[in-house]
Parts: sequence; C-alpha cells; structure tokens
Amino acid sequence: MTSVQIEVFLQTLIAGLLLGGLYALIGLGMTLIMGVMKIINLAHGELMMVGMYIAYWMFVLFNIDPYLSVFIATPALFFLGIAIQKFLVNPVLKVESILPENQVILTVGIGMVLANLATVFFKSDYRSTPVAYATNAFYLSDFWETSPIELSLSVPWTVSFVFAVVITITLWFFLAKTDTGKSIRATAQDLEAAFLMGVNVKLMRVITFGIGAGLVGAAGCLFLPIYYLFPSLGGQFTLIAFVITILGGLGSTIGAIIGGLVLGVFESMTATYIGMGWAPVGRFVIFVVCLIFLPGGVASLLKRKKFGK
Amino acid sequence: MLEIKNIDVFYGDVQVVFDVAFEVKKGEVVALIGANGAGKSTTLKTISGILRPRNGEIVFDGITINKIEPYKLIEKGLALCPEARRLFVEMTVEENLDMGSLKGEAKKLREKTKEMVFDFFPRLKERRRQLAGTLSGGEQQMVAIGRGLMSLPKLLMFDEPSLGLAPILVREIFDIIRKIREEGTTVLIVEQNTKQSLSIADRAYVMETGKIALQGTGRELLNDEHVKKAYLGV
Repeated sequence: MTSVQIEVFLQTLIAGLLLGGLYALIGLGMTLIMGVMKIINLAHGELMMVGMYIAYWMFVLFNIDPYLSVFIATPALFFLGIAIQKFLVNPVLKVESILPENQVILTVGIGMVLANLATVFFKSDYRSTPVAYATNAFYLSDFWETSPIELSLSVPWTVSFVFAVVITITLWFFLAKTDTGKSIRATAQDLEAAFLMGVNVKLMRVITFGIGAGLVGAAGCLFLPIYYLFPSLGGQFTLIAFVITILGGLGSTIGAIIGGLVLGVFESMTATYIGMGWAPVGRFVIFVVCLIFLPGGVASLLKRKKFGK
Repeated sequence: MLEIKNIDVFYGDVQVVFDVAFEVKKGEVVALIGANGAGKSTTLKTISGILRPRNGEIVFDGITINKIEPYKLIEKGLALCPEARRLFVEMTVEENLDMGSLKGEAKKLREKTKEMVFDFFPRLKERRRQLAGTLSGGEQQMVAIGRGLMSLPKLLMFDEPSLGLAPILVREIFDIIRKIREEGTTVLIVEQNTKQSLSIADRAYVMETGKIALQGTGRELLNDEHVKKAYLGV
C-alpha cells in the first residue's frame, strides 16, 4: 500500500468510528426500550428529529449552540417519552387484542404524527445550523510536523463523538450503580421477579421510555452541526437504530455500542471504496448477514464467553 | 400473621383454586403440599399479588393485601423465593442481593444484612462479583434465598425450593430454612417434596385439585394413611 492508500484507509476508519459513536447513542435508546418493553420503538428516528428541531430553533431564535441544546433537548425528549409511554403505550398494553404487537404499530403511528406535524409547522425545507466551526478541523501535522501521512479530524464530528462517549458513560454509570438503574436492568431480565422484589414495573417502563427518548434527542443535537434537517428524516434513523439493535442483540447495551461502531465503520468503508450512494446498501447487507449468521447479535457472542455456553 | 380467607382463583375462565382457607401464625413453619397441578403455586402467586383472587380475602399483618399494589408487599415484610429461583442471571450475585433491598428499612440496612447473608452462605461471599447465571443450581438457590432475606421479611415464602437440586443439596436447603425460622422469620413453604417439608413444618395443609383436603401438624400428616399412600409411597 502506498502512503496515500494508508491515509485514505485510516481517514475512512476514523470517520467511521466517529459516526459509529453517534450511531451507538441512537441504538442505545432503542435497545433500552426494547429490553424493558419487549417492543421496537418505530418512532425512534422521529423522536430524534424532534430533538434536532429543538436544537435548530434554539440556535436560530436564541443563538444557542447545538451542543448546549443537548441540555435542553434531552430533558424535553425525556418528558415527551414519558408522556408517550404513560398516555399512549400503557393504555394500549392493557387492551387485549388479536395482534400482540399492538404497541409497535402504535409507535409507527406516533412517528407519522410527529413527522407530519413537523412538516405542517416547519415546512419540508432542508435546514442546517451555520455554526462557525462547521468546517474546522484538527490536522495531524499540526501536532506532529514530520508525520509521514496526513490525517484530519473534523471539529464538529470530534466534539459530537466526545459528547456521545460522555453520555454513554453516564448512562452506564446510572444502569450499573444506582438502584433505579439496577431495577431497569432487572425488569428487562425478568419482569415477574423484578415485580416480586418490589420494583414498580409500570414506573420503570415509563422511565425507560423517557431515557430512550432523551438519548436519541441528545443524538439529534449532536447530529445537527454535521448534518441537515428535514421533517421526514426520522424514518432513515429509525432503520439505522433498528439495524444496530439487531446487530447488537436485542436489548443488550454493550451490544448496541459495538453494533453502532461496526455499522459506522462499515458504512464509512462502503462509502469510500464502493461509492457514496452505496452506504445504505452496506447497512442492509450487514443487517441481512447478521440475521443469517449471527441471529443473536453481538450479545450472543458476549454471552457465550461469559456463561461458557 | 397471614390469613387466607376462602379465596377462589381463576386463570381466565378456568378456576384452579376453590375456596381455599388457611393461616400462618407468627413464628411457625407452615407447609403447603400436594401433587403437581393441585394449585399450590397458584395459591402462592395469589398471596404475592401476581394473581388476584376473584373472591375472598388475604390478610397479612392486619392489612388486606389483595387490595394494595402488589409491588408494595415486600416493604410490608412479605417476601417470596419464587419457583425456579428467577434470579437476574446477567447481574452479579451482589447486585441480585441489592435487588432484594430496594425499599425502606431494608435499603438502609443493606450492607449490614448483606454481611449477615454472607455469614449464612460463605460461598456467596467468594462469588459476590460473579454473574448469577454462571452459578450452580444449589448456589443459585442460595442467592434466591439470600435475596429474599435481604428484604428483612416477617414472612418468607418458598415456592418449590428443592426443585431440580441434588438430594444432598435438598437437605442443605431445608437445613437453611430451619435456621431462618430459628432467627425469627415465619416461613410458608410450598413443596412436592412431602417428606422433607412435613418433617420441618409445625403445621401443614394438603392441597388436592384446588382444595384443601387435609390439615394437621407435620407429624400427624407424616403418619396419616392417606398421605403415606398418596405422597410418601409407603
């Protein structure tokens, strides 16, 4: 390989990891909801779109940087998630129906309503936030003058990635160390046993939906400086989150992180070596391959290692 | 301490428990025995709030518990070691124990109770950081009992604690139950292992096809002709 080829490869890998970090954050929200509620939230991307619009209007109206909007959009989406679970999903859970997956269909409807409300209020224009640092980058040669190869790191991508990592670590800490976090994990593993231990399972469902929505809202803010925004962008991200959730193994948080990174790198590689337009194809190739050869996702590999089965 | 007043329990339209009434007094070990499908576990599930009785009443410590939110029972001092243990297999032993002490007094005394549980089961102390799913069946049962003890229960209920365990472990589990009782916890035990449970029980009830068929002290029932023939294979 020539040094140019190495440069391209490393640059692609870096871009993929940065994208993967953000993907992981989107996937985490969906996988948490999946774990506790046993349903796929098909309004996930639309919730992200709501988060992005919040950040967008904060920027346009009050000149608040999208990164600061993380602290506004995350709580806003948390409460939106709570409201959705409490007033829409929970009542549907109670109804005995022919279709056991009623709630999933409900989330599709919620997604449609959100996307169309956004079209009504904000028009279907493509928008983006012209932040000052949008095109800034760190260069390897700035730090190491005699470097044989040149790599660059886009400032907004890097900042978004760092935010995603910090949020992920905070989430891990919450799930591993607090009683509420443990109760959420317990509910996901064995609902009836959790209930016997005095866990208010209904409340855990509500909180989990809130956290899942909050996470994807944060991801929306992090995507805004590097992406553009339009009302129907949600569907695409719902699919991405779904692929990550399958790739990671349904309901597994570590799986979702690994799945997000794998997908990010894979998409980035397809874009560089096959062509920009092929990235979504790569996404579904990896999805199908995973379903055929690793139906339990990354989580099943981890489990095999942990339990020796 | 616990009074079951003529409960009827249904799964959908099918009635499985008919007019069952019994009581557990403070400090006793009471066994509920019977064949597979007699309605024992259903009765226990109804006491712990997973199922609701259609008729009748369950009173624990002066409170009608079939009217309150079932997840609040553990705070009132009523804990269940469920059938097949139902541990949180992807959590560590210690996290499983923490799950037993989420509320009130039990939460405040968590570390102290944990030490007590570890004194009870030294093997769990060695394995406190291990995932519960990686333990052997006997160890898992110890975690399940420990998790029940973590809530500082007044009444601890066991659903088939000996199920699936090797005979030597069965004896160990029954020894532990005896010890728990000596420490002052009232015990209600549901078992298919008739001989072992009758020998540790002060009183016992025999359930057949959803009804209480016989009752008496453990010794009386051990010598009862019907029990001998139907359950002890003598």
